[in-house]
Amino acid sequence: MNKFWLVAMHTFLTKFKSKQFLITTGIMLLLAFGLTSIPKIEKVFDKKVDHTIGVISTEADFKQLEVIMKDNKEINTLIAFSTEEECKQAIKDKTIRGYVLFGLANEQYTATFKTSSIADESQINAIQNAITAINTNYQMKKLDIPAEKLAKIYAPIPFEKVSLEKNAKSQDELNQARGLVYILLFVIYISVLMYSSMIATEVASEKSSRIMEILVSSVPPVQQMFAKILGIAILSMTQIALLFGLGFSRLKQSMSGAMGDFLGFEKVPTSTFVYAAIFVLLGYLLFATMSALLGSLVSRIEDVQQMIMPMTTIVIAGFMISMVGLSNPSSSFITFMSFIPFFTPMIMFLRVGLLTIPFWQIAISIGLLIGTIVVLGVFGARVYKGGVLMYGKSSSFKDIRKALQLSKKE
Amino acid sequence: MTLVLESVTKRFGHFFAVKDLSLKIPKGEIFGFLGANGAGKTTSFRMILGLLDSSEGKITWDGSKLDYSTSSLIGYLPEERGLYPKLKVSEQIIYLASLRGMKKSESVPELRKWLDFFEVPEYFDRKVEDLSKGNQQKIQFIAAIIHKPKLLIGTTIVFSSHRMEHVEELCESLCILRKGKVVVYGALKDIKRSFGKKNIILHTDFDCAFLQTNPNVVGYRPTAFGAELQIANETDAEQILKEVVGKGLVRKFALEEPSLHDIFIETVGEKYE
Repeated sequence: MNKFWLVAMHTFLTKFKSKQFLITTGIMLLLAFGLTSIPKIEKVFDKKVDHTIGVISTEADFKQLEVIMKDNKEINTLIAFSTEEECKQAIKDKTIRGYVLFGLANEQYTATFKTSSIADESQINAIQNAITAINTNYQMKKLDIPAEKLAKIYAPIPFEKVSLEKNAKSQDELNQARGLVYILLFVIYISVLMYSSMIATEVASEKSSRIMEILVSSVPPVQQMFAKILGIAILSMTQIALLFGLGFSRLKQSMSGAMGDFLGFEKVPTSTFVYAAIFVLLGYLLFATMSALLGSLVSRIEDVQQMIMPMTTIVIAGFMISMVGLSNPSSSFITFMSFIPFFTPMIMFLRVGLLTIPFWQIAISIGLLIGTIVVLGVFGARVYKGGVLMYGKSSSFKDIRKALQLSKKE
Repeated sequence: MTLVLESVTKRFGHFFAVKDLSLKIPKGEIFGFLGANGAGKTTSFRMILGLLDSSEGKITWDGSKLDYSTSSLIGYLPEERGLYPKLKVSEQIIYLASLRGMKKSESVPELRKWLDFFEVPEYFDRKVEDLSKGNQQKIQFIAAIIHKPKLLIGTTIVFSSHRMEHVEELCESLCILRKGKVVVYGALKDIKRSFGKKNIILHTDFDCAFLQTNPNVVGYRPTAFGAELQIANETDAEQILKEVVGKGLVRKFALEEPSLHDIFIETVGEKYE
């Protein structure tokens, strides 16, 4: 094994075996496990009494209400009572959650809903809507409107959204993509932020423990720098693979219904995942190079956060912009931003995921991104070479000049 | 196998960190490399190790350039501890040795041998941060020599130390740097002999303070037993001896070579610690 791989594997293995990594990965996996189990957990805690209310009304009204509420998610079981005393007893016995009194008074339905606890807003809405419907029905009948006219009144109007751009995705597709893009954006954000700052910490800790002095005497600094970037990349891939492996298998088996629709896995094209992987990788490379450069300038771990602050700010800004773009991906602002290399990993991915954009745009942005990585890599390597030899308290960007001078011939 | 530096100069902008440094360190010799803080020692080392490029001049080892392909020949023992605090001794040494081109199958028995030598075989699986400072230094030493370097212990040492007495005991030759320039260079014996100034150690039963005004005495320091004098010339000693004779009992009168400390202070003209 040559020195490059030795350093890369050492970086990977020491991080991989560290308690910190095991704990974070453990927490992440638990979190993923927990999140994907939410539907199941909800079912366990979901008691029948939460969806049951008592009703005091005429028998006819009760039947009408029962029909309307039958398939309601919030309230679907009704029990008829004749006195409030009985209802109060039922609440104490935990057979109902509350009760509603309703009926005709002066040609108009009125209703009162009583619960011992403050009820869910959505439950109140559900019961209110139902009784409003009964009232509307009653009023319509009184007006003697024929059934087919009634049907027309109630029918939802046909509403279609047509995009004038040929390559735009349909609203349906967009909605499905949005959930997944949101999650993948988050993955890009977290991994770029977390793993690239790991490099700075790694470099600074090697400097502060002075092991760097020995390392630079046996491995060229530039080789070390890129070996570290690779080592952490392998680490990140391991972690992401673990997380996604678990997440996806759990989602596949347990997620049908609401959340599954939100994520819309089946309908999202494979290319979205491929692009996500490409942008995670390129984004990581860009910021890891920057992070190594900055990390080489400080000699104490405490100074790392301060030093990489401008970098983290850029990443956070990119994430914020992409959150805005989530609801309006085709705006010219988002289009413009997607070509700025520091924002490309998130914002171009957002556009790729949500819109159908011409390939040349993707190619240009990736080209610009790779170009920036190369330039930053060459520049970073020179700073790094000098930076690792510098010791001192200071931690400012002026040190970049000092570091460059050290790495020059004179 | 000689380390040769030929007119090596290192400039940082307009500042000369090292100026026209020429040295020759033959095989098997312990060489003292002295200088105050900022004199250019570290910069010189870094150029020898290939971490910095020299602005001018040539550094060769056995006729060829030193670079990363020859790093297995070099062992480096930094002044401060430089180890991974969180790693076990074995992991640490195996990794560092592998970077010097040693396989695990070679470094493990060698490490065990050295740990046994220091009578601490149980440290093999211990984390470095759990060891005492002195014991960490042992590990640091093992890390520097486990790959049997040609440049360091055993064959030739480049010795960077503030501690003069060590230098005096160990080094055959030395060089003193001042603001990047060599001010003293040669074999220790020659340096001392040619320094000119000598010391006189006096142990007397009477007060020697009167010697302070003697024109031949260029330096005076009272001691518990008498005084230590510095004279510009060996021949002046005779006159001093005449002065003290008859004043009382003289227990000791010795003419000595200057200590390295004296030479250092004289040439560098500043405190070195």
